[in-house]
Amino acid sequence: MVEEVSQLNVTAVKPKAEVIDLDFYYGSTHVLKRVNLVVPDRQITALIGPSGCGKTTLLRCFNRLHDLYPDNHYNGEIVFDSAVNILSPKVDPIEVRMRIGMVFQRPNPFPKSIYENVAYGLRVQGERKTSVIDDKVERALKSAALWDEVKDRLKSPAYALSGGQQQRLCIARALATEPELILFDEPTSALDPIATSNIEELMAELKQQVTILIVTHSMQQAARLADYTAFMYLGEMVEFNRTLALFNSPLNKQTEDYVKGRFG
Amino acid sequence: MSDPMSQAPNFEVFSRKRASRSVTERVIELVLLLAALSSVGTTIAIMVLLISESVGFFKEVPILEFLTSKSWSPLFDNPEYGILPLVSGTLTTTLVALSVAIPMGTIAAIYLSEFAPQKVREVIKPVLELLAGIPTVVYGYFALLFVTPLLQQLYAPLGTLVNGFTEKLPAGGLSDWLYNDVPLDLGGFNMLSAGLVMGIMITPLISSISEDAMRSVPTELREGSYATGATRFQTAWKVVFPAAMSGISSSYILGISRAVGETMIVAVAAGLQPIFTFNPLNSAATITAFIVQVSLGDIPHGSLEYQTIFAAGLVLVLVTLVLNIIGYFLSKRFREEY
Ligand SMILES: Nc1ncnc2c1ncn2[C@@H]1O[C@H](COP(=O)(O)OP(=O)(O)O)[C@@H](O)[C@H]1O
Ligand SMILES: [Mg+2]
Repeated sequence: MVEEVSQLNVTAVKPKAEVIDLDFYYGSTHVLKRVNLVVPDRQITALIGPSGCGKTTLLRCFNRLHDLYPDNHYNGEIVFDSAVNILSPKVDPIEVRMRIGMVFQRPNPFPKSIYENVAYGLRVQGERKTSVIDDKVERALKSAALWDEVKDRLKSPAYALSGGQQQRLCIARALATEPELILFDEPTSALDPIATSNIEELMAELKQQVTILIVTHSMQQAARLADYTAFMYLGEMVEFNRTLALFNSPLNKQTEDYVKGRFG
Repeated sequence: MSDPMSQAPNFEVFSRKRASRSVTERVIELVLLLAALSSVGTTIAIMVLLISESVGFFKEVPILEFLTSKSWSPLFDNPEYGILPLVSGTLTTTLVALSVAIPMGTIAAIYLSEFAPQKVREVIKPVLELLAGIPTVVYGYFALLFVTPLLQQLYAPLGTLVNGFTEKLPAGGLSDWLYNDVPLDLGGFNMLSAGLVMGIMITPLISSISEDAMRSVPTELREGSYATGATRFQTAWKVVFPAAMSGISSSYILGISRAVGETMIVAVAAGLQPIFTFNPLNSAATITAFIVQVSLGDIPHGSLEYQTIFAAGLVLVLVTLVLNIIGYFLSKRFREEY
């Protein structure tokens, strides 16, 4: 049997983003505790852990969605491209969100046409030229493997699509502005198995172009999809490693219990 | 008993339960149906009353004269029965009111739902609701005694300016039009003041219904918008507003009905003079104002004067209906745009 590398050599990967000593509070509830994580460039990194351990909270730190609610507080750093701390108060959260896209747990298309949903990000970011928008909408829908299904009805309401199609539309919406990192929060938890496997295939394709950070409740999904996996428990980052290593030879007892299905 | 389930002995208990449940269900359904029918019934009863009383009126007054004559003086010795002046008064005050209430109500709703911090909202909401609870007669006198003098002061320089200009023009055409429609001074009774105050009165109605509609838009939609890099305003205007459109448009439709049906403000501040004009600087009477005016006098039951109330009431219902239908189709088209 080949020796698995069980301790990730962090210096060997090129990080797209690096979480450093991140603490997060909802009001006075301490939800993330000194979390550290490396998100390798153009790879898929999965966050796993029992429900309520803080995966979504961590994910939403990356695009500063927490800034929308005045009771949320955090300190620590997320260093992007080894250059900027995107959590710094000096950094405009809107700039951050333009470069980091997000796909939510339940498909959340806007009450607009298919076309306008994908064009939305381009428009809010100031793009006016119809030809440019047309072009980018088409490219995004193709990357999201939705183009063939919708090219004849771009003007019809997004709500008419099936759940799986809506989620791919949301992926296209995130892709349209060409972000460098896309955050996925349990993107398939509301979908049937076929739609789920479509989306998984899609993500495997996408990692050629973008870095992916995905929260998943399913260990099988992490194992199938992710290059790297991080296990969180009660707001702490317990273990982070290459997916195979984390599942086959976990270093930590809690990780082992979790991946062997002994709790959670 | 054609249900095969009920024949199988094993299922007897279940089918008995099912029968009793279906009785309760039927009773509930019936109660709901009656509740729904009672409002339909009331509407029908009102329509029947209006139409049957109007029939007598239309035996005396040809319907064509009623709909096309531009003069309304049913209480004079030499009565004329053209409804147009009342319709023009109603439409003009309504239009002035809506041009205040729809933008202000919508902006207030967007602010309260998407921008206002919790504390600000807690102060503004009750104040707005208080505004909606003030009796309309108070608004009427507010228009007459406060807003009209204010408007007169603001208007005076404009009137003087236009008048000076008019005098230099050769007679006829533009000069006549300006002379008639842009008076030197604003009268003590005018539709502008009544309409503006009516708009202020309707604003809280629109803002509170629209705000509820916008607040019930799911958070995921807002976050989806923010996540693409949208600002708070872009999110409010491009996502939350259209998503809440069905609730917002029903607030507009309610606002329209409220404006068309408003009585006291126009009766007090617009002058009760039936003039066929769409110029808000003029005084005018509306359908509702005429109805109270007649109802307050002592007019014998069954007389022609008395029946004018019902003919006017019928027109009021029709105007409201038409405006509602227009509003409905506009909002439907707007909604279908996405
Ligand atoms: N908006 C919020 N306000 C207060 N507590 C919250 C909020 N959102 C999540 N929490 C709490 O924070 C913890 C982590 O939640 P979350 O990040 O959603 O977990 P996960 O995604 O791993 O299931 C949970 O205990 C949850 O109850
Ligand atoms: Mg979660």
